[in-house]
Amino acid sequence: MNIIVCLKQVPDTESQIKIGPDGKSIVTDDIKWVMNPYDEFGVEEALRLKEKHGGEVTVVGLGPKRVTESIRTALAMGADKGILVSDEALDGSDSLANAKAIAAAVKDLDYDLIFTGQRGVDDDLGLVGATIAELLGIPQFSIIVKVEVAEDGKSVKVERPIEGEALIIESNLPALITAQKGLNEPRYASLPGIMKAKKKPLEEKTLADLGLDSAEFGEGARKLKILELTPPPERAAGKIVEGETPQEKAAELAKLLHDEAKVL
Amino acid sequence: MDGFQEYFGEIHSMVRQTVRKFVEREIRPFVDDWEEQGEFPLELYAKAGDAGILGIGYPESYGGSAGDTFVKIAATEELMRCGSAGVAAGLGSLDIGIPPILALGTEEQKSRFIPPVLRGEKIAALGITEPNAGSDVANIQTRAVKKNGHYVVNGSKMFITSGARANLLTCAARTGGEGSGGVSLLVMESDTPGYSVSEKLKKMGWWASDTAQIFFDDCLVPAKNLLGEEGQGFYGIMENFQNERLQLSVMANMTAQLALEESLKYAQEREAFSRPLSGFQVTRHKLADMATLVEASREFTYRVAAKMDAGKNQVKEISMAKNFACTVSDRATYDAVQIHGGFGYMREYLVERLYRDNRILSIGGGTQEIMKEIISKFIFESKK
Ligand SMILES: Cc1cc2nc3c(=O)[nH]c(=O)nc-3n(C[C@H](O)[C@H](O)[C@H](O)COP(=O)(O)OP(=O)(O)OC[C@H]3O[C@@H](n4cnc5c(N)ncnc54)[C@H](O)[C@@H]3O)c2cc1C
Ligand SMILES: Cc1cc2nc3c(=O)[nH]c(=O)nc-3n(C[C@H](O)[C@H](O)[C@H](O)COP(=O)(O)OP(=O)(O)OC[C@H]3O[C@@H](n4cnc5c(N)ncnc54)[C@H](O)[C@@H]3O)c2cc1C
Repeated sequence: MNIIVCLKQVPDTESQIKIGPDGKSIVTDDIKWVMNPYDEFGVEEALRLKEKHGGEVTVVGLGPKRVTESIRTALAMGADKGILVSDEALDGSDSLANAKAIAAAVKDLDYDLIFTGQRGVDDDLGLVGATIAELLGIPQFSIIVKVEVAEDGKSVKVERPIEGEALIIESNLPALITAQKGLNEPRYASLPGIMKAKKKPLEEKTLADLGLDSAEFGEGARKLKILELTPPPERAAGKIVEGETPQEKAAELAKLLHDEAKVL
Repeated sequence: MDGFQEYFGEIHSMVRQTVRKFVEREIRPFVDDWEEQGEFPLELYAKAGDAGILGIGYPESYGGSAGDTFVKIAATEELMRCGSAGVAAGLGSLDIGIPPILALGTEEQKSRFIPPVLRGEKIAALGITEPNAGSDVANIQTRAVKKNGHYVVNGSKMFITSGARANLLTCAARTGGEGSGGVSLLVMESDTPGYSVSEKLKKMGWWASDTAQIFFDDCLVPAKNLLGEEGQGFYGIMENFQNERLQLSVMANMTAQLALEESLKYAQEREAFSRPLSGFQVTRHKLADMATLVEASREFTYRVAAKMDAGKNQVKEISMAKNFACTVSDRATYDAVQIHGGFGYMREYLVERLYRDNRILSIGGGTQEIMKEIISKFIFESKK
C-alpha cells in the first residue's frame, strides 16, 4: 500500500517566540525549525504500515527551501521519497491555499492513505488535513490515535478519543487521517538513515509545475486574515484563601468562585 | 550558503535533532535521579545504540556510520545538553576504548570487539592510569607476561570511566622493559578469571558515570587480544589522546555554554535591590565576558577540529584548545554560581552540577600542566 505523509516545518516548541514589528507575524531570525510533532506521528505510522503491508511512503512538504531538511529527516526515518512544493508566490498563503497546492501535488499519485498532523503546533488551525481530503474527494478522520489496515489493504479501522470514550470508525480506502499524540512513538532518524536519505529522490515543484495559478496564492489571496498577534496575558498572582477552619475556608472559596471567578 | 566556511550543514543539523530528541525523551526526565544514584541504567546503552548514536564516527562495516568530525561534535554537544556530563562521559567511554582497537587491531579483533559495543550490548572502557602512574604514562607498572598462548597480567588500573560495568577494557600493560617502548595494549574481557573491580569510586562530579579501580590478579588474557605488536602501546595511547582531547574541549565549551545560558535566564528573573540582576552593570559585563570567552573558545576548537578532520597534525593546537576551553569553563562555571548567589550552591540548580562536573576536564585526558609541556616542547623546537 502506498502512503503519503504531509509534513509541515514549524518552530521548535522550545523556541522563544517574539512578535515582529508589524504586530502580525513572528520574528523568525533565531528560530530552530523542526518537523511538526504531529507529522512525526504520521511518518511513523506510515512506516509501520509499510513494514507490514509493503508499498511506498512519500512525504510532501510545502514551504521555503529549509523545509527540505525536515523532508530529509522523514527520509532518514525510512520514507522512500519526498516532494517539496516551493514557490515564492506561496509566501503568506493561508491554510486553504496551502491545502490546494498540496492536493494538486498528490492528486495524481497512486495512494491508499494520506496522513497529516491533526494541527500544526505553530498556528494551531487544524485546517489543512480536512481541506486536502475535501479537495481530493476522499473520507477524512481527524485526531486519530489508532490505525488498523485490513489484511487485504482495502479498508481501515481508526480510533478517535472523545471525552473518555473511543469512537471506532471503519472506512474504505483511500482516506485521509490526521494524527494525534498517542498514535505511536516516532523512531529516531539515525545517522545511517541520515546518510541514506541523501540518496533518496526529492522532487521540487513550483505552482506552475502543478498547473496552478499563482494569483490564487500568497498574502493577497488570503481568505483568513491575521489582524494582530498578542502575547498571552501574564499569569496573575495566585490567591490564598483565608479562614480559621476548613468550613470558613470553603465558604470563602465558594464566595470567590461565585463573585470573582464567576464560575459558580 | 553564506559566503564563509560553515562547519555544520544539513546532515549535522539532522543528527543534532536526533540526539536532542533522544536526550529529551530518554535522559532529561530521569537525569537528576541518575545523578543521585551514581549511575544510569544499562539499557541506555542499548537505546543509544539503537538510535545510532553510539556508532557515530565508526565504519559501517562494524555497525557504525561514518561521518566527519563535526557530526561527532554535534552529537556530543547535544548529549551535553542533558545537563549531566557524567551521562555523556559514561555513554562516551567507548570513544576512548574503541579507537585503539580500530587503529591497531586485526580484522578479526575489530569484528569481534566493535559491533557489540556500537549496538550498546557491551560496554567499552580505556585503562591507562594506575594508582602510581597517571600523567607519566611511560611508567605504568601493570605487567603482562607471555606464557603458552596467553598473557598473565598482574597490576591495577585507577579512575577508569565506566570501569565498574565495562565488559571490554582496552588496557595498557608492560610486556617489555622500562619506559615507553615496553608498553603494549591488550583488550581485557571482564569475565576473565582474575579480573576484578572495586566499588564505584565516590567523586566530586560526573556522578552518573561509574568510575572504578580494576585489579588484575594472574589474569589470563589470550595472546590474540594483543593490539598491534608488542611495544606499540605507547604510540597507540598517544594517538588516541588527540581525539579524546577534542571531545574534552567540546565538553568544556558546552559546560561553559550551559553555564552562560543558565546565568542569562537567572539574571533576568532574580531581583535584588528592586531590580533584576541583569539591571546591574557588573552582572551584564560578567555575562558579556562569559559570552565572549565561550564564543572564542568554541570557534578555536572548531578550527582545530576542521584541521584534524583534514588529516593535519594538530597535537600542539588540540592541547591549546583543551587548555583554553577548560580555562573558559572554569571561569564560566565559577561566575555562573556567583550570579546564582546562594541558589547556585544548591543541587536543584544546574550550575551547581556544572561547577562540580567541570573540574575533571582539566585533569582527565592529560592535565593542564601536561598540555603545557606538550605546547612548550613545540614552541621551543619549531624554529622551522
Ligand atoms: C573522573 C575521572 C575519570 C577518569 N577516566 C579515566 C579513564 O577512563 N581511563 C584512564 O586511563 N584514566 C582515567 N582517568 C585518569 C586521568 O587520566 C588521570 O587522573 C590524569 O591523567 C592525571 O593523572 P594522575 O591522577 O595520576 O595525576 P598525576 O600524574 O599524579 O599528577 C598530579 C599533578 O602533578 C602534575 N604533573 C604531573 N607531571 C607533571 C609534569 N611533568 N610537569 C608539571 N606538572 C606535572 C599534574 O598536572 C597534576 O596537577 C580519570 C580520572 C578521573 C578523575
Ligand atoms: C550553605 C549556605 C548557608 C547559608 N547560611 C545562611 C544563614 O545561616 N543565615 C542566613 O540568613 N543566610 C544564609 N545563607 C544565605 C546567604 O547569606 C545568601 O545566599 C547570600 O547573602 C547571597 O544572597 P542570595 O543568595 O539571595 O543572592 P542574591 O542577593 O540574589 O545575589 C545573586 C547575585 O547577584 C549579585 N548582586 C546582588 N545585588 C547586587 C548589586 N547591588 N550589585 C551587584 N551585584 C549584585 C550577587 O553578588 C550575586 O552574585 C546561606 C547560604 C548558603 C548557600
